[in-house]
Amino acid sequence: MTLGPNSRRTPAHIARPKPATGGARTSAMIASLDAEGRETVTAPFGHALVDLARTRDDIVGLTADLSKYTDLHVFAKAYPDRFYQMGMAEAVLMSAAAGLAREGFTPFATTYAVFASRRAYDFIVMAIAEENLPVKIVCALPGLTTGYGPSHQATEDLAILRGMPNLTVIDPCCATEIDQATRAIADHPGPVYMRLLRGNVPDVLGEYGYKFDIARAQMIHDGNDVLFVSSGLMTMRTLDAAKRLKADGIDAGVLHVPTIKPLDEDTIAAACGKTGRLVVTAENHSITGGLGEAVAACLLRRGVTPAFRQIALPDEFLDAGALPTLHDQYGLSVDAVTTRVKAWLADAPAT
Amino acid sequence: MPNAIPNVSLAQRAWAIRRNALRMGEVQGQGYIGQALGIADVLAVSYFHAMDYRADDPGWEGRDRFCLSIGHYAIALYAALIEAGILPEDEIGTYGMDDSRLPMSGMAAYTPGMEITGGSLGHGLGISVGIALGLKRKRNPAFVYNMLSDGELGEGSTWEAVMSAVQWKLDNLIAIVDFNNQQADGPTTHALAQVPEAPKWEAFGWHAQSVDGNDIDAVKAAFDTARTHAAAQPRVIICNTKMCKGIPFLEDREITHFIRVEPDEWARALAILDESRPQ
Repeated sequence: MTLGPNSRRTPAHIARPKPATGGARTSAMIASLDAEGRETVTAPFGHALVDLARTRDDIVGLTADLSKYTDLHVFAKAYPDRFYQMGMAEAVLMSAAAGLAREGFTPFATTYAVFASRRAYDFIVMAIAEENLPVKIVCALPGLTTGYGPSHQATEDLAILRGMPNLTVIDPCCATEIDQATRAIADHPGPVYMRLLRGNVPDVLGEYGYKFDIARAQMIHDGNDVLFVSSGLMTMRTLDAAKRLKADGIDAGVLHVPTIKPLDEDTIAAACGKTGRLVVTAENHSITGGLGEAVAACLLRRGVTPAFRQIALPDEFLDAGALPTLHDQYGLSVDAVTTRVKAWLADAPAT
Repeated sequence: MPNAIPNVSLAQRAWAIRRNALRMGEVQGQGYIGQALGIADVLAVSYFHAMDYRADDPGWEGRDRFCLSIGHYAIALYAALIEAGILPEDEIGTYGMDDSRLPMSGMAAYTPGMEITGGSLGHGLGISVGIALGLKRKRNPAFVYNMLSDGELGEGSTWEAVMSAVQWKLDNLIAIVDFNNQQADGPTTHALAQVPEAPKWEAFGWHAQSVDGNDIDAVKAAFDTARTHAAAQPRVIICNTKMCKGIPFLEDREITHFIRVEPDEWARALAILDESRPQ
């Protein structure tokens, strides 16, 4: 037997680490998403769900051994008889949620984004989405929000799930939005996948007087030179990047797109059609099949052709490491975003 | 059991289910007729002995739920739903046609009385776990019957559901396994299924029975036992069935997952069935 060439990465390919210097850098999954000292809210999803459940008997919670890591433990503690610990079994998590929805309940099913999108896909498609059942799938560790490596980094969850008919896909930015979106998706008649930031979650959009609307992309603030079109935690980054760019005389706006599917194409096309500014999509997701490609397709279909760039994760299995390091390395940090936008403006001014 | 009309025997119901299925097979010149003929006796016991439902109100909240995990058995379930009066007989001719309510793989959105969308195998038992949990939440005493195939015993998700049903003490869940020892590529026991099957389920914590699925009295007794069993555990009835049961020349054919029936053979099969109509 002859084996083909092996292109796997092996330990020999990895350089010996340098001793750590400076502040604590950890690959722990609880690592903060925001080092800028913003105010945080603890477990906004769990508390919103508890609040909702006070008036809605139909709400039940299910998890596949990850209640503590998806903030569903808050609900489990408040409503133990409405909480289902399904064990480490994502297929029956989704199927049983579908069965409960068939009987009139509104199940919130939680796990990590990798397990929902990769492992449980067929069960979400056939038990939930094909029947348009109101199951709300809420998943922690979206995109690059852990340093544990590809087993836990859901860098392609949006690409996978955008292909599923009937499914609404939401990528909220911050604690305020998670609180509002949790209530909104409970009222939404069909199935929803929502990416979750869990634990101590920065509050960002509260100061802008933001109100989540499941159908709308919203201009957080406008700008003439650059328009960021961003979702999820990248809206935190683009808002900060816009402040930095302002100091350099660059006027950057931020259009926040929490609902990846269905996309608010009217708002996006109108905003991107304003001449003279560079459009930069920014997402905590692979460059393949996420917000950037969705926006690009929308614009081309409508004949809107601004200068267009994408900030996204590379189409690669990402390294393990400390989250701030990885966000710098893969271009999601405020520094990285700011630097790239300046370079793009220098190379290829907006037309 | 409001649906047990004394002057129509379960054997007559099973005969009618086989006949409806053969007529649908004839419409398309194909279909999973081997499975339908094999499971007809179990469906007759389900719909005319065990289950509570209202033919004129398939969504009645008090109904027992019958979940068909094996989507390709739709032809068999339609045949039973027609005999039960849930579907009108005059739709037989639409089986598998454009705009029909009777697609070749069972889907809940198409057909009254079809509780779930099957077809992607290994899904039904997990959905039934959720339905059983939901019924308990509502204090609804209905049963959930989930029909699955021996081939589905190879799906890991089936075993997630098996364990979950025990964990939640789902005494309102009755799984029916059609063990005909035939899956797409050959005998199920040459793939992943093990015999005897029942001890495996017992080891997981289920109340398990194994019966000749073509012996109506035995199936009836097994359903009665499953429904009245006192312990707080889910129940399974492994029904050992014979593919193509009731049509000897098809029974003798080399048994495969998808039985080939020549165009002139449908009439012959129907004639044989008509000759053997139970009195």
